[in-house]
Amino acid sequence: MTTQTPVAPVHEDAHQAHHGHSHGHEAGHGTFKSYMTGFVLSVILTAIPFWLVMGDVFESKIMTVSLIMFLGAIQIVVHMVYFLHMNTRSEGGWTIMALIFTIVIVFIALSGSLWVMHHLNTNMMPMSPEMMKNMP
Amino acid sequence: MFSNPDLLKFIFGRLTLEAIPYHEPILIITFIGVAIGGLALLGAITYFKFWGPLWRDWITSVDHKKIGIMYIILAIIMLLRGFSDALLMRAQQAIAFGDNEGFLPPHHYDQIFTAHGVIMIFFVAMPFVTGFMNFVVPLQIGARDVSFPFLNNFSFWMTTAGAIIIMLSLFIGEFARTGWLAYPPLSGAAYTPGVGVDYYLWGLQVAGVGTTLSGINLIATIVKMRAPGMTFMKMPIFTWTSLCTNILIVATFPILTATLALLTLDRYVGTNFFTNDLGGNPMMYVNLIWIWGHPEVYILVLPAFGIFSEVVATFSGKRLFGYASMVYATCVIMILSYLVWLHHFFTMGSGASVNAFFGITTMIISIPTGAKMFNWLFTMYRGRITYDVPMLWTVGFMVTFVIGGMTGVMLAVPPADFVLHNSLFLIAHFHNVIIGGVLFGLLAGVNYWFPKAFGFKLDAFWGKLSFWFWLIGFYVAFMPLYVLGLMGVTRRLQHIEDPSLQIWFVIAAIGAVLIACGIACFIIQLVVSFIRREELRDATGDPWNGRTLEWSTSSPPPDYNFAFTPVVHDHDSWYDMKNRGYSRPLQGFKPIHMPKNTGTGAILSGLSIALAFGLIWYIWWMVAVSFVAILAVAIGHTFNYKRDFYIPAADVSAEEERRTELLAKQV
Repeated sequence: MTTQTPVAPVHEDAHQAHHGHSHGHEAGHGTFKSYMTGFVLSVILTAIPFWLVMGDVFESKIMTVSLIMFLGAIQIVVHMVYFLHMNTRSEGGWTIMALIFTIVIVFIALSGSLWVMHHLNTNMMPMSPEMMKNMP
Repeated sequence: MFSNPDLLKFIFGRLTLEAIPYHEPILIITFIGVAIGGLALLGAITYFKFWGPLWRDWITSVDHKKIGIMYIILAIIMLLRGFSDALLMRAQQAIAFGDNEGFLPPHHYDQIFTAHGVIMIFFVAMPFVTGFMNFVVPLQIGARDVSFPFLNNFSFWMTTAGAIIIMLSLFIGEFARTGWLAYPPLSGAAYTPGVGVDYYLWGLQVAGVGTTLSGINLIATIVKMRAPGMTFMKMPIFTWTSLCTNILIVATFPILTATLALLTLDRYVGTNFFTNDLGGNPMMYVNLIWIWGHPEVYILVLPAFGIFSEVVATFSGKRLFGYASMVYATCVIMILSYLVWLHHFFTMGSGASVNAFFGITTMIISIPTGAKMFNWLFTMYRGRITYDVPMLWTVGFMVTFVIGGMTGVMLAVPPADFVLHNSLFLIAHFHNVIIGGVLFGLLAGVNYWFPKAFGFKLDAFWGKLSFWFWLIGFYVAFMPLYVLGLMGVTRRLQHIEDPSLQIWFVIAAIGAVLIACGIACFIIQLVVSFIRREELRDATGDPWNGRTLEWSTSSPPPDYNFAFTPVVHDHDSWYDMKNRGYSRPLQGFKPIHMPKNTGTGAILSGLSIALAFGLIWYIWWMVAVSFVAILAVAIGHTFNYKRDFYIPAADVSAEEERRTELLAKQV
């Protein structure tokens, strides 16, 4: 500690006051209108799957299931936009970054698992007599 | 009362007197040892009237430095447990040939190798790493604490609760006999009906709560609480690796939690997610647990890489070579670690295209890792290297880890993996990278940051002795396993027929004894350093001529870390400040806003142990009571509004004055 001559003001009090308390208030809270929009959209998106199942709308089960999955995915987006107030600006863009990261990870985990298990299923010997009967 | 079996069953669930292993002499001796040691410790605490300070200053503390130190103490204690398991295994395998059955029956041996893996990963490496991140990161970024100080205390106590649940299995009931990842169908209710797997599940679930919350906490801290001027590309490398590690934790631990929850459902309520029949698929468990499991090894090794980066730069007296490439390499490893999980089960049978994809992604990971290795080498090149103990660990790591990395690439080749899968070659490989990478890094970190934490350096002689015992012991213990693995010996064998293999196991056992000497030297190092603490005292706060902000404050740092928040202008900010003739501010101190200690974390942790114990032994009244109590305490805590206070300016002033006097004596 020999060179103790002040050259640059290393400590600045202006930064001091707010350090550690930088709450991101720009996240924003919804208005009555935005909550109602979200609510109505959610109700519609929930009602359609019920109608699809209860009214036996499609012949093919796969068609029904994939449509329900699709509507479910839209529902997730509606919730995030209208109820969780997610947009590209909130928290200085960190929420959207975290969301993208989450989607990437979930995508890797789900598609990877499906791929891996599908290949495994194709390669495996039949496990039971019932499966053997269904062999091509 | 004893005539009423229903009442007994209600009170004790499936816990009976037979569950206490009083018929196993090894456990009886262990228990007596633990009981005497524990009583001596409790007696000492009472005699020195340490209970009050222990509760006020440590157990309830929300100070990130104390929580970090407690994490590391937990890790060292669990290291002793995990390592004693290792010694038992090495001794068993060294003698159990031909007619000799050794001293461990299969029932006991299987518990030991499971406990060894679980403890070493979850309760040694994880708390050790988290401890360093807790202690170092806020200091490196110029913050006064983490973002959520209470959450930090709670996380620590949940991790400890998990460790206690696992330790309970030693004396009450048994532990899992399934291997450290508890693959079904073996770990299902049909094949392992006892409490072993339940101890495993609940221990990990409780500890997992702590790990995940601590990950969230540290991400928030690094993102939100950096000192003014410290942009992301000016962050110290250890902070960078901590950030990536915590992102990995937050993204992957939920997968572990979900997978273990599904297995729990299979065991408790009879679902069929991972059973062989009724549409279940045990391979799905293997798939899911490795989606967590592979990032987990990077969770452990990335902070170790960070420690080495700090140590290499400091002890070479140079700026780290290729800072930006180091950051990018860390981020690339973080992403790639999600794309390789299948290499843990190439032999499962998913076919050539799947195996080829995961084999190639695995080999790609060695590129950023190799880049890091060259960065460290070029940092040393033409540096003024001083071989203090942390630097020795670093050089030892560089040699050892490269060998482990190369055997890793061998295992990444699917056809080779079909030969080496589940063999001792694999065991040698992952001990090579976990000991040579993670553990060497953690011990380098202990030697490096100890003076910061306690105000005196660690004794160098015993440190060097410990290093050499560990290094040589590692090679003697694990090189024979590579050889045996290539000869086709599989892992987890309690007894081996072929007597020609015995010599290799004997050599490995000698290596384990050498490592035991290394651990003993480390403990002696701590004791000797404590005794010689006045000679080893570091008054400057910067004993190594450090480069990052933690060395700018006193050793040990005051409760508030920095009287004024530093402003950062360059990488290696403290080195930059020293070069520009920084002078400590000596007046104008203001009151400092600090979080208040709270016992809620420790109480919740105790209740979680009771909850888990009830669930393990089917003691349903205990489950109900402790669950309601957890909710009540957690909700009650939200009404605690007395959670902060101000350190008066006069106290700050007095503390800084003391430091000024200490520094003045130095010149």
